[in-house]
Amino acid sequence: MSRRNLSIALTGSGGSGVMTTGNMLLEAAAEAGWYGFMGRSAGPQIRGGEAAALIRVSSQPIESPDDNFDLVLAIDPGSMGRFVAEIPLRTDSLIISDSEGGRRSSSLPDTPAQLLDLPMKKLAKTVKGGRPNMIALGAIAKVIGLAEASIYSILENMLKSKGPDALKASWACVQAGFAAAQDLPTLKGPPITTGSSRERWSFTGNEAAGLGAVRGGIRFVAAYPITPATEVLEWLAGSLPKVGGVLVQAEDELASINQIIGASFGGKPALTATSGPGLALMTESIGLAVCSEVPVVVLDVMRCGPSTGIATKSEQSDLSIALNGLHGDAPHLVLAPTSVTDCVLTTQWAVHLAETLQTAAIVLSDQSLGQTRAIVNRPADIAFMAKRLVPEQFDEVYNRYAVGVTGVSPMSVPGQAGGQYTADGLEHTVAGAPSSLPGDHLAQLEKRERKITAFEYGQHWAELEGRGSTAVITWGSTTGPVREALMRLRETGEHVRLIAMRLLAPERPEEMAAALDGVEQLLVVEQSHSKQFYRYLRAAYDLPADTRVFNRPGPLPFRPYEIIEQLAEWSAQS
Amino acid sequence: MTAPSACALIQPKEYKSGVKPVWCPGCGDFGVLGSITKALSGLQIRPENAAIISGIGCSSRMPTYLSTYGFHGVHGRALALATGLKVARPDLTVIATGGDGDGFSIGGNHFMHTCRRNPDMTYIVMDNQVYGMTKGQASPTTEPNWEKGKLTPGGTGINPFQPLVIALASGANFIARCSSADSNGTARVIMEAIRHPGFSLVQILSPCVTFRPEQREWKNMLIPAPVVATSDPAQAARRLLTDEGLFTGILYVGNRPAYQPTLEASIDDVAKLDEEFQL
Ligand SMILES: Cc1ncc(C[n+]2csc(CCOP(=O)(O)OP(=O)(O)O)c2C)c(N)n1
Ligand code: SF4
Repeated sequence: MSRRNLSIALTGSGGSGVMTTGNMLLEAAAEAGWYGFMGRSAGPQIRGGEAAALIRVSSQPIESPDDNFDLVLAIDPGSMGRFVAEIPLRTDSLIISDSEGGRRSSSLPDTPAQLLDLPMKKLAKTVKGGRPNMIALGAIAKVIGLAEASIYSILENMLKSKGPDALKASWACVQAGFAAAQDLPTLKGPPITTGSSRERWSFTGNEAAGLGAVRGGIRFVAAYPITPATEVLEWLAGSLPKVGGVLVQAEDELASINQIIGASFGGKPALTATSGPGLALMTESIGLAVCSEVPVVVLDVMRCGPSTGIATKSEQSDLSIALNGLHGDAPHLVLAPTSVTDCVLTTQWAVHLAETLQTAAIVLSDQSLGQTRAIVNRPADIAFMAKRLVPEQFDEVYNRYAVGVTGVSPMSVPGQAGGQYTADGLEHTVAGAPSSLPGDHLAQLEKRERKITAFEYGQHWAELEGRGSTAVITWGSTTGPVREALMRLRETGEHVRLIAMRLLAPERPEEMAAALDGVEQLLVVEQSHSKQFYRYLRAAYDLPADTRVFNRPGPLPFRPYEIIEQLAEWSAQS
Repeated sequence: MTAPSACALIQPKEYKSGVKPVWCPGCGDFGVLGSITKALSGLQIRPENAAIISGIGCSSRMPTYLSTYGFHGVHGRALALATGLKVARPDLTVIATGGDGDGFSIGGNHFMHTCRRNPDMTYIVMDNQVYGMTKGQASPTTEPNWEKGKLTPGGTGINPFQPLVIALASGANFIARCSSADSNGTARVIMEAIRHPGFSLVQILSPCVTFRPEQREWKNMLIPAPVVATSDPAQAARRLLTDEGLFTGILYVGNRPAYQPTLEASIDDVAKLDEEFQL
């Protein structure tokens, strides 16, 4: 019997190549016509620590981890222990491991699942240059019903740079693994459909955000490396020059943010990417962008905080600093992608909004979106482009900060004669001259607020699905599990609404009131220990009296069944 | 703002915005403002093609007083902002201005790294060896036994920062020292600094008459360097370490190429980036 979904974890320690194996497996799944994704979990070691590739494949597009894993392949048995909490199992889950694979005293943790032995290390030794991870790849292919030959083209492609010997050795190992798995039970994956198509894509959330940025018009990026945002920068460093843009590796985040403000002042749409510690350093200057009305986009790929926290793992705990971390009254935009694919749209929209509204936009992605590679349907082309209001001609006096009706005033570009002004973080007059007069302060505060609150954001402010008097409200990466939970309920005839917010600031009271119309029970789902999202909702919106919150810190992801359980418990009580 | 007509020479006064400076009467920064307008006029750089970028401090108010494009940013980050602008818009003449606190204390990291990176811009530091704007605390260039700083009543007891030596060691491509009192001489040095490719540092000793009134004497103490500029970093280092900070003029002229990534696109359609993601 084949399954609609399969979840597979690969674990290994010290250079055992689990990520490579996982990527190959995902490629093979893509070839088979499946959708899926691979998340990564790693310890703090720079190289050689235990690592886990967490894969799910499906016949349908998917965004959420499943409730538990069907198959674990522990290349060396000791490597699995670190991940027990991250790899929930059932009694009928399979663990394939190598009782002779690890170092002394390394053994599998206690588990309810079925244990199967596969001598990967021994088999690898029978092949010159052979490696256990390639034995594992062959074995998994057999167990989940992928054709042996389909792995060959993937190996050929991915090992191109390593030469014919490496390909030969890996292929021999895959065949040996495939043969050795003949006697293992099978867990047949979704039906295979051949013929790959350009309509399906493979990318990580970090690459997707980079693509969204460039599509939106970003041509200047300055940044300082930080986990888990670095891959955004790596992709942009390679891609920006192709479109006439540039990435500068800055000396620190204070430089990154100020460099992008400078570039944007010069007329080039500009972005930086960072994580919590970097965002904290940037806040003073994000306020400068707000006050001087220079558009910038700051992408924060969140990780567990506070402080250095858990640098390699996901959490939704930068929401408060993104919303409230700027000193003074500094209205700005905060957005969040709801899936790996949505990193394209949300980042692109953020560029469009920042440029249109001449303000700072903070985009909150996270490690679980950014570092997950997904096989998805081609993201839709959207028309959001950087489009700044630039004056065409100048009167005798050019008032850069003229208050106007919309609050958005034409912004000249250096080089335009007659458009000279001084952009200023000091409060200023309409002409841009420093001012400490109460009237100027009030007028400019109102201008900067009005331009972003009065703007028509349209349908993209949130993803709204389903009907019913119960709703779940969430944001960012937790949208995936919530959406899957509600889909499962729908299949059983139970209807619960989804509200997944994409635009977190400015507040959208009217849209929210409409979304909540008729909702009697509201469940807030978020991955933060201090309930940052819940507190924000309480402060910003009128919520139903019966509102509950289901929260926990990172790094453990939410799983769909947990959300179903919360809702069931609640309805049992009432 | 009226644009100067295309044929007539642009006079120094046309580079002034007309906004009245907040500076104390007698502040050295007035002289620097004059020198900048003379240099821009000397090079006939049209006001719309120049951008003056600063941080925070009395000296950092400079952009507001000029009729060019300007950016008065946050404390210490002028060089980073200016670098972003110059990389994005290599066609502009970019000049960063500010004080010793802004540039060497809170902005010290950017100072070093901008020297290293060597973008084609000029950095004018009005060094008064004090924090003027916050009313008279010691700065990185204050001498160790200056006892009038309220936060360091017994003197700082620490060695002053040596900006020109650090600039040289970090890779600045042009290093000069001037006196705000010598308006024309300083204007000439600024012109050279703007013309020279790469990162040019012009330290202008500019008295804070309010918190360091003794600095009025600088005009009698500063003397033109008795030697011509060298392009030998070792020789420059020796001179800078032994001149007690009182020699003015262009002291070092290097020949490193300026930092400027190309901005030429190699594909004609952004949609081509999609290809790498298609299965
Ligand atoms: C982040 C931050 N810290 C402190 C200040 C306060 N502050 C304003 S100007 C200044 C020092 C200015 O000294 P300097 O750069 O030497 O310029 P001067 O006023 O002497 O021309 C300080 C500490 C600030 N504006 N921002
Ligand atoms: S306090 Fe000093 S530096 Fe500031 S304006 Fe007055 S004299 Fe000039």
